[in-house]
Amino acid sequence: MTPPKDYSAEVSSNMQVSQRRVLFVTRRTSPQVKAYDEERVQTSPEVLIRALLAVECLLIALVLMSLFFNAPLEGVANPTNTPNPAKAPWYFLGLQEILHYFPPVVAGVLIPGLLVTALIIIPYFDINIEADGLFLKNRERRLMLSMAVAGALSVFFLFFKVYVALAPTLLVTAFVLLAAFSPPESSGRFRRYLARRPVFWWIMTWFLCELIVLTAVGTFFRGPGWSWVWPWRS
Amino acid sequence: MPGTIETYFDKLERTRVWRSIFRSGKGTSTLHNALAIQQNVFLHLFPTKVRKRMLGLGATWYLGTLTLGTFIVLVVTGILLMLYYHPSVPRAYSDVKDLQFVVSSGLFLRNLHRWSAHAMVFLAFAHMFRVFYRGAYRTPREFNWVIGVVLLLVTLLLSYTGYLLPWDQLAFWAITVGTNISSAVPLIGDKIRFMLLGGHLVNANALLRFYVLHCVILPLTAVLFLAVHFWRIRKDGGLYVRETEPGVANSDQDLSNQEQESR
Repeated sequence: MTPPKDYSAEVSSNMQVSQRRVLFVTRRTSPQVKAYDEERVQTSPEVLIRALLAVECLLIALVLMSLFFNAPLEGVANPTNTPNPAKAPWYFLGLQEILHYFPPVVAGVLIPGLLVTALIIIPYFDINIEADGLFLKNRERRLMLSMAVAGALSVFFLFFKVYVALAPTLLVTAFVLLAAFSPPESSGRFRRYLARRPVFWWIMTWFLCELIVLTAVGTFFRGPGWSWVWPWRS
Repeated sequence: MPGTIETYFDKLERTRVWRSIFRSGKGTSTLHNALAIQQNVFLHLFPTKVRKRMLGLGATWYLGTLTLGTFIVLVVTGILLMLYYHPSVPRAYSDVKDLQFVVSSGLFLRNLHRWSAHAMVFLAFAHMFRVFYRGAYRTPREFNWVIGVVLLLVTLLLSYTGYLLPWDQLAFWAITVGTNISSAVPLIGDKIRFMLLGGHLVNANALLRFYVLHCVILPLTAVLFLAVHFWRIRKDGGLYVRETEPGVANSDQDLSNQEQESR
C-alpha cells in the first residue's frame, strides 16, 4: 500500500498565481537530458571522407559482382506459358510462402498491412522504455504470459500446418525459456546477455527469424506447384 | 613563371567567379570546415559536427550511407540504361537483348543496376533492423523512423516495378503473381489492380505504367523522403548514441563520480 501523499500537485501556467515551478527530470530516458559534452569532429572532412570510402568499397564489391555474375534474363514474356513455379522477387518470397497457407486476403493484404502498421507504431509504443530485461521483474507472471503467447502461436501454426513458421517460433521460445532461467548475474556471457533482453527485442528477433526462414524457404526449397524440394537434389 | 597545377588551382579558387559559387572560401580551419557543410545546399542537410563515437564502424556499420550509395549507383546506371530502352512490348525485350550483346558494356551496365537493386533492398532492411536494435527510433526520432519505413516501402516498389521492365518470362510472371495479390483487397481490389496495370492483364499498358513509376514517380518520391530523412537526423540531435556505451556515464552513480572528478 502506498502512503498517502502529503502534497498536492497542480498544473498552472499563471506566473502571478503560482510562482513556484517544480521541474521533474525523469530517469534518464530522454536524449535531451545531457550527460556531459562529448568529443565531436567536423563533418567536413572527417565524415565525408569515411562515407566516400564506405561507398567506394561497396562500389568495388558491386562492380566485381557485375563482372563475374550476369543478371538473369529468360525468354520473352509469354502469357500462354506459365512457368512452374512462378516466383516473385526474393524479398517477396516470404509473403508468397505465407500465401501458400492462407487465403490471399489474409496473406496478401491483412498480414503485410499489419506488419507495416506495426513497424510505423514502434516508436510511439511507450511501454518499458527503459528496456529492462523481460524477466527481471514479475518473473513468474511474465514467464507464464510469454509461454502462453508462444503456445498460442505454435498451436495456430500447427492448426494451419505452417511448419515452416513453427520452427523459428519454437527456436525463439527455447531462447526465451533460457533467458527466464538465466539470472542477470549468470556465469555465462551469453546467458547474461539474454537475461537483459527486453520484450520488444524478443518480438523483433522472432519477426527477423520468421522473415529469414520464410524468405529462404520460398527461395531455395520450393519447386513445381510450390512443393518442397531440396536445393542440393535437383 | 610557369606555375604548378596547385598554383593554378590556387589562383582559380581566388577568382571572383569561383568565390561567387563556393562561399566557404579556402582553408582548413574549423570555420571553413563548418561553412563547407553549411553553405552547400546538399550538404547543409547534415550537421556540421558529428559525435566522434559515431564514426566507428561498430556504431552504425555505415548501413544508411551504403544504402544511399546503392541509390546513387542505381540513378546513374538507370539513366544510362534509359538511353537504350523503349518501354513498348515489341521493343523492350529486344532492347534488353541488345544491351546484353550489342551495346558496349551494356551487359555490365545491366548487371550493375540489377545487383545494386538487390543490394539496396537488402541494405535498407539491414539498416532498419540495425536502427531498431540500437534503439535509435526513440524520442525525438520517432518520425524519422516512420519516414524510414516509407523509404523502405518505396525501395521495395522501385525494385518491384523495375522487375517488369526486361519483359522476359521472369518479369511477366513475377508481376502477374504480385498484382493478383492486390485484387484480394476487399471491395476495391480489382480497381487497384486495374489502376496498376492499366487493364485487366499484364500487357503494354502495364509496362508503360511500371516504366513511369520506376523512372519518374518513385525516384522523385525517394529523393523527397531521403532529403527529409537526412535533414531530420540533424534536427533530432545528430546520429543516435546509446548512453550505456563505453566512454559515457551509464548510471547515476557514474555520473556523480565524474562530477566529483571534474571539480
